[in-house]
Amino acid sequence: MEKINSSERFEKPAVLKAEHLVKYFYEPEKFKVLKGVSFEVKQGEFLSIIGKSGCGKSTLLYILSTMDTDYEGKLTIRDELLTGKSQNELSRFRNEHLGFVFQFHYLLPEFTALKNVMMPGLKLGKYSAAEVEERAMYKLKLVGMDAYAHKHASRLSGGQQQRVAIARALVNDPAIIMGDEPTGNLDKANSQRVFDIFRSLAEENSQTIITVTHDSDFANGSDRIIEMEDGNIVGTHFPKSV
Amino acid sequence: MNWTLAFQIAITHLVTKKKQTLIAMLGVTFGISMFIIMISFMTGVNQFLEDMAMDNTPHVRIYKPIEIRDDKIISEHHPAGSNDWHVVMHQRPKNELPNIKDGFRYMRQIENDPRVLGVAPQVTSQVFFNNGPVQIPGTISGIDIQKQSTLFNLDEKMDEGALENLMKGSDVIVMGKGLAQKMGVSEGDRVSVTTPDGNNFNLKVVGIFSFGITAYDESRSYATLGTVQKILQKDPSYITDLNIKMKNVYDALAFREKLEAELKNVTIEDWEKANASILAGDKIRNMLTAVVCVTLLTVAGFGIYNIMNMNIINKMKDIAILKATGFAGKDITAIFLLQSLMIGVAGGLLGLLIGFLFSYLLSITPFPEASFFRIETFPVNFRPVHYGFGMLFGFLTTLFAGYFPSRKAASIDPVQIIRG
Ligand SMILES: Nc1ncnc2c1ncn2[C@@H]1O[C@H](COP(=O)(O)OP(=O)(O)OP(=O)(O)O)[C@@H](O)[C@H]1O
Ligand SMILES: [Mg+2]
Repeated sequence: MEKINSSERFEKPAVLKAEHLVKYFYEPEKFKVLKGVSFEVKQGEFLSIIGKSGCGKSTLLYILSTMDTDYEGKLTIRDELLTGKSQNELSRFRNEHLGFVFQFHYLLPEFTALKNVMMPGLKLGKYSAAEVEERAMYKLKLVGMDAYAHKHASRLSGGQQQRVAIARALVNDPAIIMGDEPTGNLDKANSQRVFDIFRSLAEENSQTIITVTHDSDFANGSDRIIEMEDGNIVGTHFPKSV
Repeated sequence: MNWTLAFQIAITHLVTKKKQTLIAMLGVTFGISMFIIMISFMTGVNQFLEDMAMDNTPHVRIYKPIEIRDDKIISEHHPAGSNDWHVVMHQRPKNELPNIKDGFRYMRQIENDPRVLGVAPQVTSQVFFNNGPVQIPGTISGIDIQKQSTLFNLDEKMDEGALENLMKGSDVIVMGKGLAQKMGVSEGDRVSVTTPDGNNFNLKVVGIFSFGITAYDESRSYATLGTVQKILQKDPSYITDLNIKMKNVYDALAFREKLEAELKNVTIEDWEKANASILAGDKIRNMLTAVVCVTLLTVAGFGIYNIMNMNIINKMKDIAILKATGFAGKDITAIFLLQSLMIGVAGGLLGLLIGFLFSYLLSITPFPEASFFRIETFPVNFRPVHYGFGMLFGFLTTLFAGYFPSRKAASIDPVQIIRG
């Protein structure tokens, strides 16, 4: 596969567009968490979002993920305006085009690691069950979890679960992969491994990566860093171009 | 919707929570098996009582009642106007013979109707059975033995002796078990009978019968038409009742109405009126069965509702993950509704099996009052339609009980759960 350098990559079209996102929480009292966040992410870009704890990173990511629909502003992904769409349309969209890695609550404990990874693929129904299994196995190998494929998710360690969750996020080859501290539970070696996977997905498959992270090494390895404070974007850095 | 996937997830959830699944299932099993046992037994009892009553109840009965006329004879000569009234104190019935005039002609006429199975003529009179100084009231009925046997199975009701013995001699009778006990007689003994006209006769008992209906067994006796006509000192054309059996019971009402239009000076009664109390009993038993079964299934339904609710609370994280990775609300509903239905179907099938086993055991259990009721074991019906209904009820109950929790599951907001 050809290697594309970063300057070329940024000429690609925007895959995600957030326009003036505003979010309120009403409990315990009315509180503006996001105060008008706007930015664009290009196809194949590896983006990190950083900021102090409680500044609204996760809240922003849930809106970008289409799961939270209670906000003001506009969200467009792959030229499709998602703001105002029905839950059914959004779940279909998520299934096909988005992959997530969460901060907590990773897997369905009753199922094996392989079955967990297969689940979104089976739901999508684009490939036969056998093909989905083959693809799932490949993604597990990618995160170094193929040896545990047939183990129940509840019997895996936290870090192992997180790697399986990453494999699950990749199974439908989504356009955008979002992670809320995807390496939060991982040791140095495994963090590096996840970083390498994301890096190559962005460069080789032109998949877009958006991660919230506290890990400065991880952030510095990405294409762009967005820094948040109190519900606003306060800075953008391009660590590699420095 | 991907049903195979929903089914796989539902099964996995059920299997990993075996104990919970089993408890929910047993609720349905209990409800359905009780339903089967109750309905099999209750309809068995209804059937038994109906058969017992219908065996010796004519579908249509023609007789001549002695009743006080509503219209006063005086009105025929001096019609009452708006200003005058007739007041008759202590009105007495006319001295009329209780026989049906032209009875045998009517009988042949009725027998020709294609809906009629047969007609049995009867001469019935009140009599006293004399037991020493004590007089026991009862009835004696002269019957056509052949017809009474084929139409009303009287020959099958004999405990001692045989009905045919009536034809072998003159002045012989068969009497009810209760009556014989009161009289202290058994087969071969003689009894003294006093007719309403005050005549005494000595009759030989050649058989004892029992219907299983106390009122009948303590008062009735049968002899040939000729014997009864003789003790009443009437001619051979004298009959008081025509008992009609229809080919189809439910033609009785229409046939009665037809006869009422044709025959004068007689009263015609159909079986529904005669058996009003038995039919009312049927209705009460059916209602009781329905109430008990609905209660049981409702309780089972609430059990499932609770367990499903608990299940969904335990599975909130899973639901959130499924929704986050692209499962729609209706997929989630399907997953949990399928669990509920599988509980219903499995519990229901087990319930049918257990219900069948217990009904079978009941049907081979000796009945405690067997000698009294002419029955050896508990009356139990085995009707496939009851089993079908049981399954349907189980299915509907679980569908209903599972629906609301499943809808609740579908409306869970994944962000709230995932945020922690
Ligand atoms: N459900 C909620 N109701 C009310 N306030 C909330 C809710 N969830 C989060 N908040 C508040 O909104 C703010 C932003 O929360 P958010 O989870 O987005 O922070 P974050 O940047 O992801 O922090 P962290 O780095 O610790 O994960 C916080 O002040 C938090 O207390
Ligand atoms: Mg957070």
